[in-house]
Amino acid sequence: MKGMVIVGGGHAAAQNAASLRQQGYTGHITLFSEEHYIPYQRPPLSKEYLADQQSLDRLYLRPERFYEERDIDLRLGVRVSEINTKTNNILTTTGDVLAYEKLLIATGSRARLLRVPGDQLSGIHYLRQLDDVNNIKKELRDSSKICIVGGGYVGLEVASVLISAGHQVTIIESESRILKRVTTPKMSSLFHTLHTAKGAKIYTEAVVQGFLGSKRVEYLNCGDLTIPTDMVIIGIGIIPNIEVAKKAGITCDNGIIVDDRCQTSDPNIFAAGDNTNHPNTILNRRLRLESVPNAMEQARVAAANMLGQDKKYASLPWFWSNQYDLKLQMMGFSADGDSQAIRGDIETKKFVVFYLNEDKLVAVDAINSPAEFMIGKKLYGKAVNHTDLSNTNFDLGSLLK
Amino acid sequence: MPKIKFIEHNGIEHIIDAINGDSIMQSAINNLVPGIDADCGGECSCATCHVIVDSIWIDKVGIPSNTEDSMLALNPDREPNSRLSCQIEISDKLDGVVVNLPEFQY
Ligand SMILES: Cc1cc2nc3c(=O)[nH]c(=O)nc-3n(C[C@H](O)[C@H](O)[C@H](O)COP(=O)(O)OP(=O)(O)OC[C@H]3O[C@@H](n4cnc5c(N)ncnc54)[C@H](O)[C@@H]3O)c2cc1C
Ligand code: FES
Repeated sequence: MKGMVIVGGGHAAAQNAASLRQQGYTGHITLFSEEHYIPYQRPPLSKEYLADQQSLDRLYLRPERFYEERDIDLRLGVRVSEINTKTNNILTTTGDVLAYEKLLIATGSRARLLRVPGDQLSGIHYLRQLDDVNNIKKELRDSSKICIVGGGYVGLEVASVLISAGHQVTIIESESRILKRVTTPKMSSLFHTLHTAKGAKIYTEAVVQGFLGSKRVEYLNCGDLTIPTDMVIIGIGIIPNIEVAKKAGITCDNGIIVDDRCQTSDPNIFAAGDNTNHPNTILNRRLRLESVPNAMEQARVAAANMLGQDKKYASLPWFWSNQYDLKLQMMGFSADGDSQAIRGDIETKKFVVFYLNEDKLVAVDAINSPAEFMIGKKLYGKAVNHTDLSNTNFDLGSLLK
Repeated sequence: MPKIKFIEHNGIEHIIDAINGDSIMQSAINNLVPGIDADCGGECSCATCHVIVDSIWIDKVGIPSNTEDSMLALNPDREPNSRLSCQIEISDKLDGVVVNLPEFQY
């Protein structure tokens, strides 16, 4: 009784199971997740859920009965340890063996660890899984001073929630500016100013050397700088979970290599989500992305192809982040641009930066400007005029006609 | 439990029992109603949960907020009763509501 087997329990895994059923598959679907929860949304972990504005029920992607009614067998708290591509079986850490007709690897990614002296003290956290956030929340009441290591989107979202809740927040960034890996100096400086104005202290070019304390962390040390702290939250990036695939002989290189149908080097095995290194035909290059829209779309594409169709992945990369009263939406890679057009007023916190390469639109950063963002997504790759883009009296919508 | 009727672009109807407090988007996702992608999970960031509310119901459902309105503005399938379904909360007063699904989400 072979069926579809899904390894992983995040956005991609849950969407794949749902898409398989939606497309009429009636065979067995078994989903293995090493986490103990039914699949849930990760973005709110650093936003509404951390801020106590979203209940656990509302964090789940779908309610438990969904899986029961659709006969999707959830094996929670079970890790898949091996894939045998010769016999088409998987092996779990609990010793179970299960045969698959087609397999989806949706193992996502994990937090990159900061290995320094003192890293085993209590009060030092990462923020990737629901358990991480629940642990952080338990300790928040007794923590007034909090250090966040890493000024990426997750770190800055956490900072905005904690500052709004009245904590003293220090952000430690090893690069010369926050968000350096993902955005331009202008945007970095905007976010730097915003967080500082709200009361965060930001240290750039500060490299954590270690943590001090007897049982619980009491100080964070960055060489010359020693900062007293009640809690540390580390967000210094992720590592794709490719080990199971690699061990099975599936081709991996900065992620599991898939084609535009989400198929791996083994024709019976597909992959979707944070763990894939996939071709993007719109951007003309291979990408490994960390975003929900990508995980969802790859999961849909993989489901169709697991059922013998021929569906191709062709989506623009995009992402969102909420900090204080700022809603940021980003599309494409700003580094692809050789010039910019700014529309709106940075002071009013409602503006858009369009990035152009030889007059073609290649990326958009939109702050509190969802309409302009949507237009930007549609204009990708099209020739546009700087003056039109930055003229707020010019109707952007007319460019779509 | 309030009932919601979804009508797909091809005319196929889905009548589901919804839960008060859920959004219409979440009810569609929870019941595998096709035609709603909801990529952002209800953050009002993606506009892939577009529905067209039956005109008899639009007064009870209400009009979109400014943010929602500007996200809908560019949708080629937009109609006067278009809404982003993640922004419509279900309550008893919406029992029996009818929403139409567009052919594509953008
Ligand atoms: C705090 C935070 C905030 C974020 N905010 C945003 C945002 O605002 N917008 C956005 O687009 N993206 C955001 N992201 C990124 C987004 O959450 C990820 O891109 C997305 O979760 C990827 O989905 P996935 O299914 O590929 O992997 P994951 O969600 O990582 O799920 C993988 C699952 O598989 C399990 N697993 C791994 N290996 C095995 C195994 N061998 N056997 C069984 N189970 C296994 C893991 O435990 C995990 O549960 C955020 C991420 C974090 C951590
Ligand atoms: S689900 Fe994304 S806007 Fe409604």
